[in-house]
Amino acid sequence: MEPRPRSFYVLSAFFALFVLFLYGPTLTIAILSFQGEGGGLTFPMRGVSMYWFYDLFEQQAVGDIWGSFRRSIVLGLMVMITTVVVSVMGGLAFRKKFVGSGILFYLIITALVIPSILVSLGVGLLFSQSGLNVHWSTSGFGAQLTWTLPFGLLIMFAVFNRFDKSYEEAARDLGASPWQTIRYVVLPIIAPSLIGVALFGFTLSYDEFARTLLTAGSYNTLPLEIYGMTTNVTSPVLYALGTLTTLFSLLIIGVFLALALLSNRRKARAGSDAGKAV
Amino acid sequence: MVSPLAAVLLLFLVMPIILIVIVSFWRATEFSIIPAFEFENYEFLFGSSVTYKVFYNTFKYALITWAFTLVMGFTVAYYLAFHIRSLTWQVALFLLCTIPFWTSNIIRMISWIPFLGRNGIANSALMSWGVIDEPVEWLLFSDFAVILAFVHLYTLFMVVPIFNTMMRIDKSLIEAARDAGANGAQILWNVIIPLTKPGIMIGTIFVVTLVMGDFITVRFMSGSQSANVGRLISNDIALLQYPSASATAIVLLATVLITIGILLRFVDIRKEL
Repeated sequence: MEPRPRSFYVLSAFFALFVLFLYGPTLTIAILSFQGEGGGLTFPMRGVSMYWFYDLFEQQAVGDIWGSFRRSIVLGLMVMITTVVVSVMGGLAFRKKFVGSGILFYLIITALVIPSILVSLGVGLLFSQSGLNVHWSTSGFGAQLTWTLPFGLLIMFAVFNRFDKSYEEAARDLGASPWQTIRYVVLPIIAPSLIGVALFGFTLSYDEFARTLLTAGSYNTLPLEIYGMTTNVTSPVLYALGTLTTLFSLLIIGVFLALALLSNRRKARAGSDAGKAV
Repeated sequence: MVSPLAAVLLLFLVMPIILIVIVSFWRATEFSIIPAFEFENYEFLFGSSVTYKVFYNTFKYALITWAFTLVMGFTVAYYLAFHIRSLTWQVALFLLCTIPFWTSNIIRMISWIPFLGRNGIANSALMSWGVIDEPVEWLLFSDFAVILAFVHLYTLFMVVPIFNTMMRIDKSLIEAARDAGANGAQILWNVIIPLTKPGIMIGTIFVVTLVMGDFITVRFMSGSQSANVGRLISNDIALLQYPSASATAIVLLATVLITIGILLRFVDIRKEL
């Protein structure tokens, strides 16, 4: 290997600082959430304790943290499943031109770039003006889909742009029906990317704030609850909650990444004997 | 196959936008909104000097954030794509950069408090180094904090598309440039940057629209001292002035779409996926 140029070391230092910039603040509040009982929102630490975590599990004066956490998880799962199914169907459909495909594509881009408060305001108005119940599982669910679907679809477009069509042709030549082709050939090949779509679907929903602000109705999701806390809670209990929900997000990301890694490995193993039977 | 997608977009994107357009011509009383067809909301909006100030702020935030995220995002992507030699490490470091994207934005904003507060880490450090004598007040709850948070939240949206385009640059082009006698800076300027332009444009679209449509970062990080268009809308909503909120929202949407329309002239998104 040729020796590293000097720019490599400069850029490495820049990259390290960038990572510190990304993670430093979150780590700081993780440390501060172990603040002693008398401690405040900034350093110095007044002792080390789990006090603020215990405090979280006790009855809060305001709000309903655990209820909102449950709602956020249920909503996240709903959005995740819908995003995966609709994105795959959309991705398959977009491989051919159809009537309105151009308009639909621009609608997807619009959903991606439209200011989130417009979706929140519009969906909220739509439900309240038509007499429907504004609820996190109906209006909130739909409003979040306008954010997760474009990501899912963009991933599917990228996947199908690189998809080798000869696999499908081979399946068809062997007499597979269209459904069999999708079920036994296309889906297994794109499965690892579906894990990515699912990760986007769940985490974007779980953390969404702006789109649920006016569409969640009377029951808050977790980000709304946390935002409410920022205006009236000034103790490290806020950091404890932040640390826990970040840990939860990291856990979810870890699970999805592990799944993706496993499915890639399995694919590599299963594919490794190709041609050996000849 | 495409009908569920079309249904979702129709119900939760097209119809809400149409409804916002309709409501923007309505009239509001203190307690309710009344169907009407008046231009009063727009007249008030364009007649008020607050509007222009707030739109100016919105563009200011977008422009400054864009500049910072571009420089940082490009540098990080360049490092990952051209200085890291094994694919495994590239993927691992790339993931390290993307993971924060899947965690909560609000928590990431909150986590600046211990840094920037009056008795925060930044002030204590600066004082102990003797740079300043007393705590600086403008760190938290200021435009500085707003832009810092934007850069913190959205640099990722630059890194990902730029890295994606850079990974597709044929390495032999760079070798050819070197063989032809170009030095590092010339290769960067004449080969890599032009070939990375689509990624830069996509990142730009993301960052500009996210910043222009934001209301929560500005509100939280400025401590309600600064305003952008998003905050103007959310303030109206808080006062139940839906018609005037709608009018502002429509003008914001038009502004964003025009900006995107201009940016899209420089890139074909479908080709870049």
